[in-house]
Amino acid sequence: MAKDFGIGESVKRSEDVRFVTGNGKYTDDINRPGQTYAYFLRSPVAHATLDSINIDEAKKAPGVVGVFTGQDIADAGLGGVPCGWQITDKHGDPMKEPAHPILAHGKVRHVGDPIVCVVADTYAQARDAAEMIDIDFGQLPAVVDMKAAAEGNPTNVHDEAPDNVCYDWELGDKEAVDSAFAGAAHVTTLELVNNRLVANPMEPRCCIGDWDSSSDDYTLYTTSQNPHVIRLLMGAFVLNIPEHKLRVYAPDVGGGFGAKIYHYAEEAFVTWASKQVRRPIKWTSDRSEAFISDAHGRDQVTKAELAMDAEGKFLALRCDTLANMGAYLSTFAPAIPTWLHGTLLAGQYATPAVHCRVRAMFTNTVPVDAYRGAGRPEATYILERIVNKAAKELGLDQCELRRRNFIRDFPYDTPVAVQYDTGDFDKTLNKAMEISDYANFEQRRQEAASRGKLRGIGLSCYIEACGIAPSSLVGALGARAGLYEAATIRVNPTGSVTVLTGSHSHGQGHETTFAQVVSDALGIPFESVDIVHGDTSKVPFGMGTYGSRSLAVGGSAIVKAVDKVVEKGKKIAAHLLEAAESDIVFEDGQYKVAGTDKAKAFAEVSLAAYVPHNYPIEDVEPGLEETAFYDPKNFTFPAGAYLCEVEVDPETGKVEIIDLFAADDFGNIVNPMIVEGQVHGGLAQGLGQAMLENCVYDEEGQLTSGSYMDYAMPLAGDLPMFTVSSEDGTPCTHNPLGVKGCGEAGAIGSPPALVNAVIDALRDHGIEHIDMPLSPNRVWSAINAASHKQAAE
Amino acid sequence: MTTITMTVNGKERSGKAEGRTLLVDFLRTEMGLTGTHVGCDTSQCGCCVVHVNGESVKACATFVSGMDGAEVTTIEGMANDDGSLGVMQASFKEHHGLQCGFCTPGMIMSATDLLANNPSPSEDEIRTWLKGNICRCTGYHNIVKSVQAAAATMAGAREAAE
Ligand code: FES
Ligand code: FES
Repeated sequence: MAKDFGIGESVKRSEDVRFVTGNGKYTDDINRPGQTYAYFLRSPVAHATLDSINIDEAKKAPGVVGVFTGQDIADAGLGGVPCGWQITDKHGDPMKEPAHPILAHGKVRHVGDPIVCVVADTYAQARDAAEMIDIDFGQLPAVVDMKAAAEGNPTNVHDEAPDNVCYDWELGDKEAVDSAFAGAAHVTTLELVNNRLVANPMEPRCCIGDWDSSSDDYTLYTTSQNPHVIRLLMGAFVLNIPEHKLRVYAPDVGGGFGAKIYHYAEEAFVTWASKQVRRPIKWTSDRSEAFISDAHGRDQVTKAELAMDAEGKFLALRCDTLANMGAYLSTFAPAIPTWLHGTLLAGQYATPAVHCRVRAMFTNTVPVDAYRGAGRPEATYILERIVNKAAKELGLDQCELRRRNFIRDFPYDTPVAVQYDTGDFDKTLNKAMEISDYANFEQRRQEAASRGKLRGIGLSCYIEACGIAPSSLVGALGARAGLYEAATIRVNPTGSVTVLTGSHSHGQGHETTFAQVVSDALGIPFESVDIVHGDTSKVPFGMGTYGSRSLAVGGSAIVKAVDKVVEKGKKIAAHLLEAAESDIVFEDGQYKVAGTDKAKAFAEVSLAAYVPHNYPIEDVEPGLEETAFYDPKNFTFPAGAYLCEVEVDPETGKVEIIDLFAADDFGNIVNPMIVEGQVHGGLAQGLGQAMLENCVYDEEGQLTSGSYMDYAMPLAGDLPMFTVSSEDGTPCTHNPLGVKGCGEAGAIGSPPALVNAVIDALRDHGIEHIDMPLSPNRVWSAINAASHKQAAE
Repeated sequence: MTTITMTVNGKERSGKAEGRTLLVDFLRTEMGLTGTHVGCDTSQCGCCVVHVNGESVKACATFVSGMDGAEVTTIEGMANDDGSLGVMQASFKEHHGLQCGFCTPGMIMSATDLLANNPSPSEDEIRTWLKGNICRCTGYHNIVKSVQAAAATMAGAREAAE
């Protein structure tokens, strides 16, 4: 039996051996015979007309096999990079959806916009040749600041959007909110910036286009979280290649965090151009290029208002948000500040009325799309910051104010269009208070004060919607695809199992977790289960991995396919055991005749299916392989309470994170070790956002944080050991595993916890808010300004 | 193009290099050792760390020219002679010190060098040493645990040998 490897066990990861020995196979490790290399010449300016492009010299340079411009792409009749989600604005009109050419044509709209691609025998030759290209830019003013753009900017990024607004969207009952505010005893207001981030998976993007002259088939090797989505978007909308002629393969992928969901221009280019040059083409991004070509994350500014009664009960929440789309619409971009953000604004609270307005703005910056959490960190940040500010204004403890407002009856219909199926917010808050020894914080504060340090503790109670999502629902909301997941269970003749999944693992450990699920369900050894993913020529049409959906949706598809295998096995076993099918039960890897000791092992039945000599061949087909598509019934709702404890050095403004206490409710858990690892990673990214990371453009639209010299990635020395707990969750009520997803929680819950902790540490300075990241400079400046103000009073 | 000969993972190997060829590219393309990765272009991420003459170096910041005769160890040379995982490799697996695995070869090479210099580092010393290795997945928690556990294992092995 497989108990040591079953559901709930911290099984060590089977994928690790290849990674710790250097045998992982990432896209850049693949080389095709006769391969050439692409170098993209990118715009050095944020906004300009392309007045002339001279490629004559480059074409003659050593090793060059092709030089392509936007005109070549237009002449070939290729489509632009498509957007996968259409938002309908508050007037019922579709969002503005300007073209996003593969190579810029006529105009460039952000630093990094690709203009020319040089293909050569070596990468160095391609880059050298690109230096010979002459381009005349007709420089235009750049639209960089969203607020300025919203207040009327004479320049527009796209002619289709004269006011630079992609859409003006709203959700919730405005009248109910207005009347609740009119009768409120107390109103708290807060304006905050959700800082722009760069996802920065450690493996830069890479792709190889490989056209096969004998079959006229194309293969794209790429660093993707969802190869079938890329095949669909690129084949159908850009290159017009039917699916059966196009294979997309994403082998080992070195982290994604959202940035590798999207279909990028480089993928379409190398695929198309490999036929033009009749050789494979590889492109590998370097890090500086990644900063100006990978989709960025976050970048919202919000004005929030919370109305309360005299007891601190929340009556209504009102939010007005500007969300940056960048220069073009990336694959999921329009959905992030709307359906993944507005719908989470109830949080853990029974606020009866919520209204949010979101204006999505075009700017001359890199496109902005989902980054770990995607919309939900922004919603959580707004809510958890304003609740703490309200607690301070009302003189209530941060935990107490939340408790007065927790939702306690499930299922719960929020005023922002989603239904929470289950949860226990008191329990996670209690847990966080317990593991952080919240009750004795005051002593620790005093002890720190004796050392000249300001100690603070900050709470954040998050909820997120994961496992995206029922296809009919997302279809109604504007998604241009279904969001089910697919799995095939291929039982091999001797009883081992190959699982073909549409989910994609780029660090999440699916090869282990999914094998545990199958091993547990079939009662076969963990080692007998192999997980295959990432190759459209092998796995069924699936939607991939993002939004913490893999186990909740992909795992459910696996369970469904396993059930089908077991059902078919019962028919075969009934024949072999000469019993009625209705008397066969499947337990512990055995088909048994109920109430007897007659049994056939799983492997015996599998063998019979492939060697059907003694077999119910009239009624049952040979073979044992089943495919299932699972369409989720609802989102899942992981939730939790995070307490962050910090010390601030008032002399330098430096924030030291003492600990981050995370109490999460992820429902059931398959592999606790992997779940904890996911939380740790999410926390590092969330704390990175809150304390270190900031993607900054200057007024001209130049990226001033374009490398690891200026973009502060969290390093080992910036972070503490974390204290995390995710036991005894409330199982999700609508998927077969009862799981909710854990990949994004850390990044969602931790930023407000850290900011709340720092504001708490500075309580005697009368500082109400500091925008992220809380760098020493910002914290010190806030302390300094507050001291001057206090001295003046 | 010149021919460079060095000892790589215990075997003498030769390959072609230009003046501007970096060790990381030489290892990946000429030697076919793709376990050494490239994660940045500013010598900060540490995905490319290998050992040259026993010390960890960033292979993305090292020119091959002039490396004739050098002794280089990469992640592919870190397993035991019988093919089983080396102590640091095994420790990363045991303590879930990796997720996507991209930073992992550099982390293991760097951490191995740390323990060679400081057999029982404190948590702070580990975190400080690893400032040249960026991991985006793990939050470093389990990497620190992996290194601590490897240090304990190695100390145990030394004691047993004495
Ligand atoms: S690739 Fe060498 S330090 Fe980043
Ligand atoms: S494991 Fe992915 S970057 Fe470290």
